[in-house]
Amino acid sequence: MNSIEQSGRATQELVKGLWKENPTFIAVLGMCPTLAVTNSAINGLAMGLATTFVLVGSCFLVSVMRNMIPKQVRITTFIVIIATFVTAVDQLLEAGFPKIHKELGAFIALIVVNCIILGRQEAFSYKNPPWLSVMDALGMGLGFMCSLLTLGTIREILGSGSLFGITLFGDKFEPWVIMVLPPGGFLLLGFLLVFINWMKFGRLKTKKAQVENG
Amino acid sequence: MEDKSLQPEIAIDPDEPSSLTLIMTLGVAGFFSGLILVVSYFYTLPVIERNKEQSLQEAIYRVLPGCQKYEALILNSNNELVKPGTVSGGENKSSKRIFLGYNDKGSILGFAIPASEPGFADLITLLYGYEAQGKVIIGFEVLENKETPGLGDKIIKDKNFLANFRALSVEPLIEPAKPGKKNKPNQVETITGATISSKAVIRALQNSMTEWRQAIDGYVQKNQLTYNQNP
Repeated sequence: MNSIEQSGRATQELVKGLWKENPTFIAVLGMCPTLAVTNSAINGLAMGLATTFVLVGSCFLVSVMRNMIPKQVRITTFIVIIATFVTAVDQLLEAGFPKIHKELGAFIALIVVNCIILGRQEAFSYKNPPWLSVMDALGMGLGFMCSLLTLGTIREILGSGSLFGITLFGDKFEPWVIMVLPPGGFLLLGFLLVFINWMKFGRLKTKKAQVENG
Repeated sequence: MEDKSLQPEIAIDPDEPSSLTLIMTLGVAGFFSGLILVVSYFYTLPVIERNKEQSLQEAIYRVLPGCQKYEALILNSNNELVKPGTVSGGENKSSKRIFLGYNDKGSILGFAIPASEPGFADLITLLYGYEAQGKVIIGFEVLENKETPGLGDKIIKDKNFLANFRALSVEPLIEPAKPGKKNKPNQVETITGATISSKAVIRALQNSMTEWRQAIDGYVQKNQLTYNQNP
């Protein structure tokens, strides 16, 4: 493989997580934090960043050590590595950003069971060299972050009438409280999934039609 | 003749690593993750504690309007309030503290008292300002809570609810009242949609008052005497 091919491959691994294999909207993984912490944009962003950090760090380590980990104990080893990063993130957030840490609460610790992370290690890092794994993890993490930010932004605007804590509308605006509650999260996620699938299948249809028409 | 189909078929992988290898792998992984965690814990702990102390300090100035400086007080074994460091023997780090605030002229303003109570989800930790002579609560702030966003967490931002604590009499006892039905100085209007959370706040104040009242009254009496003798 020459270097141009290599960087092409790396870009491909990076970009696929953003849209084509987006962990939230396409793979529908990691639903628990997606629904739970996206009641405001800043929470979604912080959760996305924390998850990306854990994802990149643990995927890199797994990939570096992939030849040393016997396959019989791989999952256990992955979990140990992930848990280490999660605990470190938990402490760093509490020290650096106590406000955000307070808001996210138990969901930081729950990153450890986020199936996006274990999924990427099982499907990718355990079989690929470190630099590709980091690209893959970064792409997936950013994809996850963008999804959370989208959900958080829409829910905060509708549910609290603000964005990143800044009030957008006057006193006349009655916030849709349901949007910051769990049902609002389910509703919005459902609508977004419908929208994304509609776009995806629409594109497939036009492609098919183009092929048929020559 | 033996029927071969009855024999258990155990496929033994020739490359199967020994148990020792597996244990070693996990042991090594565990060792390194432990090492990383110890390092991160030691570096973040002082910062985390400083943050908590700082947010507590800021809250003290907010719940005691006009407060310029304060000092911490703890209980000794005779249920008297004393300055930390003056207790013989029975003092430890976990002793509950309350804070005595002074105004710019150096006279006593009131006490800032931390309290906590289980709410709808997990403990609600709060700090309130208590003016001992008038026996009223003059300020209130929730320090930590995990109440439902949008409903239970109104206890930290609902203006009508917070207005209850600007002059809340603690005599004979703090009572909950339905929204809009407050007609006594010792009543707190609960929040529609956050009844459990607002009642938890009231319970926290009741219990904390029961706990500290006697000691505070004793301390104020003692200090009032010295204050009058040396004006």
